[in-house]
Amino acid sequence: MEALIEKLKKEIIEALNLEDIEPEDIKADDPLFGDGLGLDSIDALELIVLLEKSYGIKIEDPKDGKKIFYSLRTMAEYISSHQKK
Amino acid sequence: MVSKDDITITGSCRITGNSAFLNGEPYFSSAEKEAFPVFMKALYKKVGPGYPKFYKMDPLTKLGFISAELLLTDNARTGLYPEQSRGIVLMNASASADVDRSFQKTIEDKEDYYPSPGLFVYTLPNIMAGEIAIRHKLKGENTVFILPTFSMEFLTDYVDLLFETQKVTCCLAGWVEVDDKDYDSLLLILEKGGKKKENAYKLPFTKDVLENLYKPD
Amino acid sequence: MPERIFVTGIGLITAAGKNVPENEHSLRTGHSGIGEVKFLNTVHKEIPVAEVKHDDKALFDLAGIPYREGYTRTALLGMIAAGEAMQNAGADPGGPRTGLISATTVGGMVKSENHYFDFLRNDESNIYIGTHDCGDSTEKIARRLGIHGFRSTISTACSSSLNSIILGARLIRAGKLDRALVGGTDALSRFTLNGFNSLMILDREGCKPFDKNRNGLTLGEGAGYLVLESETEVRKRNAMVLAEVTGWANANDAFHQTASSPEGTGAFMAMEKALETNHIQADAIDYINAHGTGTINNDLSEGRAIEKLFGDRIPRVSSTKAYTGHTLGAAGSVEAVFSVVSIVRNVLIPNMHYRDQMPELHFAPETEYKEEAGIRTVITNSFGFGGNNSSLILKG
Repeated sequence: MEALIEKLKKEIIEALNLEDIEPEDIKADDPLFGDGLGLDSIDALELIVLLEKSYGIKIEDPKDGKKIFYSLRTMAEYISSHQKK
Repeated sequence: MVSKDDITITGSCRITGNSAFLNGEPYFSSAEKEAFPVFMKALYKKVGPGYPKFYKMDPLTKLGFISAELLLTDNARTGLYPEQSRGIVLMNASASADVDRSFQKTIEDKEDYYPSPGLFVYTLPNIMAGEIAIRHKLKGENTVFILPTFSMEFLTDYVDLLFETQKVTCCLAGWVEVDDKDYDSLLLILEKGGKKKENAYKLPFTKDVLENLYKPD
Repeated sequence: MPERIFVTGIGLITAAGKNVPENEHSLRTGHSGIGEVKFLNTVHKEIPVAEVKHDDKALFDLAGIPYREGYTRTALLGMIAAGEAMQNAGADPGGPRTGLISATTVGGMVKSENHYFDFLRNDESNIYIGTHDCGDSTEKIARRLGIHGFRSTISTACSSSLNSIILGARLIRAGKLDRALVGGTDALSRFTLNGFNSLMILDREGCKPFDKNRNGLTLGEGAGYLVLESETEVRKRNAMVLAEVTGWANANDAFHQTASSPEGTGAFMAMEKALETNHIQADAIDYINAHGTGTINNDLSEGRAIEKLFGDRIPRVSSTKAYTGHTLGAAGSVEAVFSVVSIVRNVLIPNMHYRDQMPELHFAPETEYKEEAGIRTVITNSFGFGGNNSSLILKG
């Protein structure tokens, strides 16, 4: 799980063009959305693309994103339980 | 001689060939060989707005955004006017073709088909106007024209007309063009009436003055 | 004294019909143009769209020109609707004081996306490199109709063609033009279908504007044009007047690249400032042709702006997107033509596909087609990505 979280940090920085942010700036349990990283609804859609592109997981309803992308940990947990082996 | 009721230019920002000029003075430049994204990032760091959303913007929006940032950071002339009467008039030749191509790349390959929402939202030239509007609270009339070349005659005619309606009392106006490796911009702050706070930089808004500001250095 | 501005001609082509009479018939009979993809070459067959029901060859016929390379669907749609408007006005398009202001967001993308790889090999499809540009359709329309005066192209997302009407009105009011052919044209493309799909705002069941269970918009295509003339010109040639353009405004929501602010700031400012153009009282508005795309975000934001501006005296409201889909750059002028139709015929155009009340709003859209509807003054809205919001007022 921790390895996946570390991998996700790099992928998110890359996918969302967070150029001034270092992986260690993103804490595993902090909310991804809200003040911290300044992400918005378009970033949420990009994260949906990221899940499909890197992990083969499709999200049909954008409303589901809210829970899945709450934090790095929730995202990693979702990936591990949904990834096709 | 500028009369009290004429439209005046109270700020100008010219960016081309890896150089930025603010009010006619050199502001920043980097080596000619540096690519546009590198130059843009260096300029962003120099202006230092601390606005990470900048990195998500497409090249066209970056160019327009940073020009507006340069003009309004230390000298927020638009702040002298009500939000609803601050307008934006932009023009260019290629609309959003540059980012259109980037988005197209995400959908053209069946094996690697991941349409990017983050790119798609910038595939309209007026998103650039929108981002500037958000940043500087310019809530008045805003428009983007597509013309083959920078027509100073059209710009002066249109802005005259816009100020005549009295719906707009100040505006950001100019030419912001990006197409692949080529980029070129001249953005201006325009005001009418001149009864507000005086500004050291003040030029009449005429075709001749525009040509002078736009001409290669 | 600034010139008054009159509408003397209208032209349309949408999924609901290839000219104004066919569109009127669809409005009257509740016929929606939304359906399965037929002409666009896409993998997304599951997404309903509102296509114009004619292939490119048939569009050449409708435009009255022989089939040849170098014409995009965007240009053809524009030529058809602009031609109808000019014919309807019965005006001479020649002369320096007639202008053309045309809007598009897609431009020639519809061809470029098919020939993109061919371009690199430099074969005969290179003719379409020149048509990619947004200004191409404008020039094609001007050439076809013989308009030699002022020409300009506007691209401000989904409010584009309402802005071309505004610019035309303003040029006439200022005495710079006697006559302006104004409007917009956009063809459906994979580019937009994929893009909007990536934003997850396409309703899989077709759009349901102002409905509680709405779940996105439906993409359409088409063109709408109006002929505007100064009062002096109308008198000089004794032209028949369809409506008067009495108010207009554009404002920026300054909130987000694509989403509208929850309280509808930009929509409110656009409508309020449009009323101020000629000091029109809010009470005078009989009908609002809403932008009403069917997205969760737009309809709530626009609904709140309407409530804020009109209080407890809300005019009748409907969105016509369920007939035509969202025609993007053409939407503003397509719906301005519908507004003219509602004034001239004195009919109320209903909001199709509405079922359940939105809990956040106190008003519901109109659902019945009505004749003798008492419609004299109409406000029509068009809001675009980038926070570009416009409103136009037309009066019978």
